[in-house]
Amino acid sequence: MSTVNPPVVFTQDELGWVSWIEPLPEAELTERHFAGLVDRARAKSEYFRLLVRDPEVLEARTKTDKDIFYNVADGLPRAERELAAAATSRYNGCIYCASVHARFASTYSKRRDDVQRLLDEGLKADLGERWNAVVKASVALAATPIAFGPDNIAELRRAGLDDAEIVDVINGASFFNWANRLMLSLGEPSK
Amino acid sequence: MSTPDIIDTLAGIKPGSALDAIRAHRVQARDNAQKSYLSLFEPIDASDFSLVERAAVAAFVTGLHGESPVAAFYRSKLAASTDGARLVEAIEAEIARGKTSGPYGSFPAGPLSVENTAGLIYRVSAERRSALGPRLGAALEHAHLLVFRPRDASSADMKALLGAGWSNTGIVTFSQLVAFLSFQLRVVSGLRTLAAVNA
Repeated sequence: MSTVNPPVVFTQDELGWVSWIEPLPEAELTERHFAGLVDRARAKSEYFRLLVRDPEVLEARTKTDKDIFYNVADGLPRAERELAAAATSRYNGCIYCASVHARFASTYSKRRDDVQRLLDEGLKADLGERWNAVVKASVALAATPIAFGPDNIAELRRAGLDDAEIVDVINGASFFNWANRLMLSLGEPSK
Repeated sequence: MSTPDIIDTLAGIKPGSALDAIRAHRVQARDNAQKSYLSLFEPIDASDFSLVERAAVAAFVTGLHGESPVAAFYRSKLAASTDGARLVEAIEAEIARGKTSGPYGSFPAGPLSVENTAGLIYRVSAERRSALGPRLGAALEHAHLLVFRPRDASSADMKALLGAGWSNTGIVTFSQLVAFLSFQLRVVSGLRTLAAVNA
């Protein structure tokens, strides 16, 4: 295991991640495991070699993730799906997930400074009507008990989102309640 | 598909409805959310995490989010599972003790410490600890942490699960189950809200 040097602030930098329990050794991976990894290159990642202990759920989770975020034939622009992921991660406190998805949100939106303000100032940062609505809806969904309601939908509509785009916000934000809980509880980020 | 789509069922989405059409544009996401559910609750190998333990943890996690069609579904699943009916009352009582609002918890010491928020550190009640047993007791405590204060998780929590008899593989599936339910509850809640606004 590598030496852990945990980040103490939210960042768009590339971070590492170190598992607290034992990933499968690469040499022990079978075809069942490779099917679970979906991309064979993921055998190099400690995180995926840990999750592949249950290959069936990893495979289904990965394919859910890819369609929610990468299927851009229609629906919400990629940048705003990533914004929903970053806002959820900021709120739940996942420094690792926030770093990855803030970076993606910056890349696709070209609004790196606004994304950084979300990381620095948190969910109160004023990012303009459309982004504010996406952030607020994501946070309301992430709260327990869930606080998402008709007001969030009205706000998203006022900001110009149609129902298909609103479903993408719901999917993107909801998915990160899955991802954050794995990254936060099975290991820790490292600079 | 042989089993009805669980998210559509719990969100009340009817074939041919507007939301059904929108969900059809994310067919991979829809099918694989369903496969995630099936791989967690109808697994090919339950040796590291038994079916009754899965049902008990699911009833606890969804119940902590408040009463909903999702919570009712998993409570029924527990009642119907082999050796599960005897656990329903204990799980209900533990949900009542564990209910709070999240997320809360601590960040790594540094500039973010000002955002630290204190909250309930849930422990299984002494009188139900023996009925639940060490594995399920440890699982409920860890599930509560994952639901409300995931940023508090530490390597010590992994050691607690290993010490209570959980294997590395069991911990991975258990973590996936709690995290998946966090997703499923929110998709269902979001879609139900959207359907209600449009009704």
